[in-house]
Parts: sequence; C-alpha cells; structure tokens
Amino acid sequence: MINTKDILETINMIKQENLDIRTITMGISLFDCISDDQKRLEAKIYDKITKCAEKLVPTAEDLEHTYGIPIINKRVSVTPISLVGSNIGIDGYVRLAGVLEKAANEVGINFIGGFGALVQKGMTKGAHNLIEAIPEALATTTKVCSSVNVASTKAGINMDAVKRMGEIIKDTAILTKDKDSIGCAKLVVFANIPEDNPFMAGAMHGMGESDTVINVGVSGPGVVASAIKREGTCDFSRLADTIKKTAFKITRVGQLIAQEASKRLDTPYGIIDLSLAPTPAVGDSVAHILENMGLEKCGTHGTTAALAMLNDAVKKGGVMASGHVGGLSGAFIPVSEDAGMISAAECGALTIEKLEAMTAVCSVGLDMIAVPGDTPASTISGVIADEIAIGVINNKTTAVRLIPVIGKGVGEGVEFGGLLGYAPIMPLNKYSSEEFIARGGRIPAPIHSLRN
Amino acid sequence: MKAVITVIGKDNVGIISSISGECAKKGVNIVDITQSVLQDYFAMIMLVEIDNMKVKLTDFQSALSLIGEEKGLDIRVMHEDIFNAMHRI
Repeated sequence: MINTKDILETINMIKQENLDIRTITMGISLFDCISDDQKRLEAKIYDKITKCAEKLVPTAEDLEHTYGIPIINKRVSVTPISLVGSNIGIDGYVRLAGVLEKAANEVGINFIGGFGALVQKGMTKGAHNLIEAIPEALATTTKVCSSVNVASTKAGINMDAVKRMGEIIKDTAILTKDKDSIGCAKLVVFANIPEDNPFMAGAMHGMGESDTVINVGVSGPGVVASAIKREGTCDFSRLADTIKKTAFKITRVGQLIAQEASKRLDTPYGIIDLSLAPTPAVGDSVAHILENMGLEKCGTHGTTAALAMLNDAVKKGGVMASGHVGGLSGAFIPVSEDAGMISAAECGALTIEKLEAMTAVCSVGLDMIAVPGDTPASTISGVIADEIAIGVINNKTTAVRLIPVIGKGVGEGVEFGGLLGYAPIMPLNKYSSEEFIARGGRIPAPIHSLRN
Repeated sequence: MKAVITVIGKDNVGIISSISGECAKKGVNIVDITQSVLQDYFAMIMLVEIDNMKVKLTDFQSALSLIGEEKGLDIRVMHEDIFNAMHRI
C-alpha cells in the first residue's frame, strides 16, 4: 500500500496549499473551416469547436472527482483567427469574435483564446483587419481572448505593430471603461509567442499542431512556498533541491491528468506547461515564495536572483516529471492576480522597472499591470517595445498585458474580481516616447554570436 | 480500479464502523486499512476496490462526505494513481 505519509502530504497540498490543475486547454485547428463566404466560415467554426470540445467540460469534471484534485479552468485555443479569416473586413472579424463567444458558451468553457495575429515581420490585410477589430471584439464578448505576436528573435521587432498595439490597448480600455477597462485583461502583446500555451490570454493553437490537442497547465505556488518555509534557513543548493522535488510532484499530477484527459477525449496529448500560476487567494502567491526565501518584500534587491533560481528549479523538477514540456513553463508574475505582488506594489517595494528586470529571468512578462487611464498610447507602445526587446535579445517569450484604467490614476486601485484580482494603479515614466515610437519600421533581428 | 479513502479529523467513536458500513452497502471491497491517532487528531487511510461498486463514484463520495459532515471529519475518495504518480518514479 502507498505510504501513509505520502498520502497525507498529497491531501495537505490540495487542502491547505491550494494545489490544483490550473487549466485543461483543448487546442483546435480551424484551418479546415476556411471559406470565402463569411456566413459559411462562421457556421464551420462554430460547428468545429462545439463538436471537438463537446465533452471537454464533463470529462474534466469527471477527472476532478476521480482524482480528487480541482481543475480550475477548462479552455479552448484555436488557430490564430487572422489566418482563418484572411481578407474579411473589420466588421467580419468582430462577428467572428461573437461566433467564438457563442461556441464557448455552448460547450461551457471559461475562456477561448486565439483571436490573434502573427505580425512579427509584416502585416497581411487579414492581420491588419483583425487587429483593428480587437477593441470592439473584446468589448462585445467576455470569454474571447486576443494575442498579437509583434516580434521574434529570428524576425526582429515590427515597430509599426508595436505602435498600433499601444493605440489598440488604449482603444480597448476606452470601449470597456464602464467595467474598469477590463477588455485589456484579455489582450496580450507577445514576442516569440509559443504555439502550445494553455494559459490565457495568450493561448493559441499553432500552425504546426495536429487537428486537436490537449495541453495542461499546472499550478502550485502555495505548495512551493510551504516547502521553502519548512526548510528554514538552509543554503541555496538545498533550497534549489527542495523546489525541484516539489515541482516534480506538482507536475506529475499534471502529467497524470493530461494523459487521462487525452485518453478519455480521444485527443492527442500535447504538452504540460510547468508553471507556478498564482491566484489572488491567500497562500497561492509567487511573491510569497520569494519572500519566504528571505526577502522582506517582493521587489527589493535580490528579487531578480530569487526569481531566476525559482524559475530554473521549477523547470528542472518539472522536466523530469513530464513526457513533453512546452507553453510558457516557469513562474508567472501577474501583479493583480497575486496577493503578494499586490501588497508589494501598494507599498512601493515593487515598481514597473523592477518587474521589467524580473521578466528577463522568468516566464511571460509585464502581466496584469494597471496604469493611469491618461497614459498616452505612445508610452504604452514604449513599454511594449522595452519588454519585447528583452524577449527578442534573450531568445525567450515575453509579453505585455497592461490595463490603462480610464478615469483612474496613481493612488487608486481597480477590482477585477475572481482570478483576475485587484490591481493598484502603478506609475509609469512621465517622459515621452512619442518621437521614438513614431519612427515605425522594423528593429532588425539580433546577432547571436559575440554574446555579451 | 483501486481508490484511497482518507479520513482526517478529530477522533470520535464509530468512525471506522460508519465508513466500512457505507462501503459494504455500496459494494466497495476494503483491501487494506491503516490508521494513526496523534493526540486527538485522527487519520485513517483505506485502500478499496471499486470495480464492483453499485453506485457512481460521485454518489459514493457524496455519501461519505455526508458522514464527514455529521462527524466533523474531512473524508475524501481519490483514485490511487494520483498518489502513485506523485510519489513513485
């Protein structure tokens, strides 16, 4: 029989330390839905999603009961819609977002991702129209998530797209100002976007993927934080080892759920995303892991080193536990979704400059950060350009999800509710980036020899 | 298929009797039991065979949860593979 201590450890992780499976995401290719007739395109997309994902939610719920582990989100990611919609007009893309929303409601999922475009080098007419449709699409839907890849290490940075995305974020904020600009929480700008990411708002089903696929994102910051606390004042070698062992255990549960979901849904298993994804709940914070390592407050000097070690150890432990690893894999640092980050931002320990440094050593980027509503679009583009440059030069994924909260300024906060949490409005640099952003064109791809 | 029933909480009279009674009623075969009592804290782990169970797993879980609520215990029924996956390479 299984060791009593091990059984009680697992129960404790679930009951006390918020261990859960953050998401089961089904990737669905929409390439076979392409049509030159808008109505036919809409019908085919709706039919394909509702048919493929019909059993996703009941299967995930059944797995929750069988294995006794909560599965928080059930999601669908689809082929970037600009590749499917091609030359349909801006209104046509807004209607497609409505179709995705309707399909998501029909199958009962929490979110659907893939209302996006890949424009790292240039922009097709379709990609242009989709991007122009984003503000209205996000304002008229609740479950549709949008992502735009504006750069890659191989292609460089499309600064025309960076400029336009600053304006699109601002427009989305204005169109959803009645709900504290929440539309921007469903919009991410990427560099080096992964094609198999199960997490929102950046999930999409890449071009090299099979017709359907199951990707699973694990979580468990609370489990890691508790393990570090139990170790007390040990040195970093032992600390890294503890994190690795804990990440292994967390990821093994994800692997089990992914394999079982894949079998029951008769859908190939894609990847496990080895992630520490926080929630605003007490005891589910990545910032608190860093603070348990000995930092008085997340954001102080030493935070980047602590996060770098955490991120690396999570990957090392998780890789051993899983057959295939992908997605964003690493620690997430969304400000509004993490009780420790919120507190650190409120007391001034954590600033946007420090967050930017932290994103150089962990997964994703400047995530769920509320900024003043009167921030110029060019400043938002400047923030995007900086963050995207970190990803391009360091050959990693980075992203920006900023929320300019219309009508609010520094010193105020915004309550998004649920997993999106609470965000204190953070100050940005007051000096202008206008002329720099207005240049447009492309920043060339970086050289990867002569590394310094 | 084997499942693990865990019962955690304050020790009181008749815990094993009520759980095993429920197992018998639902056609669940008990394979192994271990229990430990540390001060007032009670932890019982039961390995059970559920292939011939007469009800759905969720119904069995609800029936045990009801007993848990009455006696102030946390009772869970989980597939054994979650423990195997996590603790065995």
